[in-house]
Amino acid sequence: MKKLRALLAWLSRGRTAVIGLPYLWLLAFFLFPFLIVLKISVSEMEAVTIKDMLAFKDGVLALSLKLSNYVFITQDDLYFKTYLSSIKYAAVTTVLCLAIGYPFAYFMARARATLQPALLMLVMLPFWTSFLLRVYAWKGLLTENGWIANLLSSIGVDHLLLAAGVIPALGKYMNSPFSLVLGMVYTYLPFMILPLYGNLAKMDLRLLEAASDLGATPWVAFWKVTVPLSKAGIIAGSMLVFIPCIGEFVIPELLGGPQTLMIGRVLWDEFFGNNDWPMASTVAVVMILLIIVPLAIFNRYQAQAQEARR
Amino acid sequence: MQNNKTDQAGKPSGPAFLQIQDVVKDFGGGAVAVNHVSIDIAQGEIFALLGSSGCGKTTLLRMLAGFETPTSGRILLEGQDMAHVPPHVSPINMMFQSYALFPHLTVWENIAFGLKREGMAKDKLVERVEAMLKLVQLGKFAKRKPHQLSGGQQQRVALARSLAKRPKLLLLDEPLGALDKKLREETQIELVNIIEQVGVTCVMVTHDQEEAMTMASRIAVMSEGRVLQIGAPADIYETPANRFVADFIGNVNLMEGKLIEDWPDHVVVECADCSHYVGHGITGTEGMPVSVAVRPEKIALQRDEPAGPHNRVQGTVKDLAYFGSFTVYHLQLASGAMLKISQSNTSRHREHQLTWGDAAWAHWMPSAQVVLTQ
Repeated sequence: MKKLRALLAWLSRGRTAVIGLPYLWLLAFFLFPFLIVLKISVSEMEAVTIKDMLAFKDGVLALSLKLSNYVFITQDDLYFKTYLSSIKYAAVTTVLCLAIGYPFAYFMARARATLQPALLMLVMLPFWTSFLLRVYAWKGLLTENGWIANLLSSIGVDHLLLAAGVIPALGKYMNSPFSLVLGMVYTYLPFMILPLYGNLAKMDLRLLEAASDLGATPWVAFWKVTVPLSKAGIIAGSMLVFIPCIGEFVIPELLGGPQTLMIGRVLWDEFFGNNDWPMASTVAVVMILLIIVPLAIFNRYQAQAQEARR
Repeated sequence: MQNNKTDQAGKPSGPAFLQIQDVVKDFGGGAVAVNHVSIDIAQGEIFALLGSSGCGKTTLLRMLAGFETPTSGRILLEGQDMAHVPPHVSPINMMFQSYALFPHLTVWENIAFGLKREGMAKDKLVERVEAMLKLVQLGKFAKRKPHQLSGGQQQRVALARSLAKRPKLLLLDEPLGALDKKLREETQIELVNIIEQVGVTCVMVTHDQEEAMTMASRIAVMSEGRVLQIGAPADIYETPANRFVADFIGNVNLMEGKLIEDWPDHVVVECADCSHYVGHGITGTEGMPVSVAVRPEKIALQRDEPAGPHNRVQGTVKDLAYFGSFTVYHLQLASGAMLKISQSNTSRHREHQLTWGDAAWAHWMPSAQVVLTQ
């Protein structure tokens, strides 16, 4: 009774509640469902229902773990190719976001202080419209007579894209690697810009003066001082783009084509096309593992950076 | 720490190495940051720009470094106009306020940064960096990052980094501002020793008069963008050019009065509380208003009435501050003005000393005061 009261007192403390509630939320709506998915991935289907893992029959308690899905995933080429292609598209998207986002974030951070809130607003403005709507809009812009498509064709960009093998034919932009990556870069660019901006804006500009004083041209100072010091921002932005891109479903579904294999679509097909929940769960678990590895590297880097700052 | 390259008047005896000629910097918006400043600095000199914040000393230093361009006027280094030489090619290096060390590089890499930009050969570079580390006694810390060093060590890395390229001119922006008092006093001497060992000409900016006095061979006192006086530390302290300099450097008693006798070798000034017999002549006319400045340590304090009609005043001890090696007395005069008097505590016995409420006479020598006309 006394212990219970102490526990209640502890729970009702403000600090416990503030930290505890989000944890409880994550526990209930992330960890628990994940465990269910993990369980399904090692279960067997019985017609349309999932067989219980634990069976009690004739005084024998039997635990059955079906690992064949995991074996199958490593043997079937399709899954391996799909994972690889997901990583490829996510990586290409991340690199392009970095290439476009870094200069943008740089000039935003160096713009006049009065101008910066407006520029920041422009970056966040797309969030005011539904993500689905914006991706859908690209369909219209890129179809054969869409005006972005016409513009690209009129300046001859399609020849370049065809040569690179990212569109199926001249003047056809939709359902190609090109349209997929375009859609992903468009969607995830703000997630690259915001952490980079946060990082670059707080950089001590006297370091650039010091570099210049010691004989560095502005270009050298940028590569030797600005870029190394923004490493944390580059990594944070890259993670924020790369991780959701790997599992992206909506963009490949709307803008991708038969060429563009992505794990999100395979997942959808397994769940809702084949109704093979154990297989779908296995694909999902492996995907999470794929994401956790870069995330762990990121966290380790963050911890090191924290250590360094102390 | 008098530099042997200046003569007794504090003027550079050699040809001017760095010439600042009528330099103006106007950022717009009313106040002019640097207002028609001209200074000649000799080779090997340690020169201090001294003033409170906003006096334009940092802007002047930044113009020397090439981070700002003068609105008008010229800066010549060995006769060459530096106005349009960008900072990354000029033979001038700067030690920044709070150092601006590169946080992502080790001590070694920080020092090597400027040499790598020169494209110096590897073996020569290693040799130079090692020599610099030895100069500032940081050999053990070569592999550390700046945040793993103490403030004093960071300061030495910054010095080594700015000296590594063997600049013709070294600029120091508040070199000891980030250190605490005790460490600052030790570092002042050490810094000057290193600079003199290297033999580099040095311009420093500081708001700390003690720092300027102990380190520099000459000082320019600045206020509101103008240079008020240039001279050796002792000149500035003993013969301030005007009220601002007298008041800014050290402690002073300023008394307003009227010039009543004007002779080539002495003047007499009548103030509210006393009459001053000053042992130097001035250019002025009888009856003009002047100020008389007397430093607290140049006044003697006693109970008995001193002889003579001049340079003495009676008052009551209102306040005293004991500093250990000396005591500062605040003597209230008949007019209500306060006179600060500092007395060395040469004896350990304190029973004869003056205390609160005691009546006492203050008196001083004719050579103690300076008459200021501006």
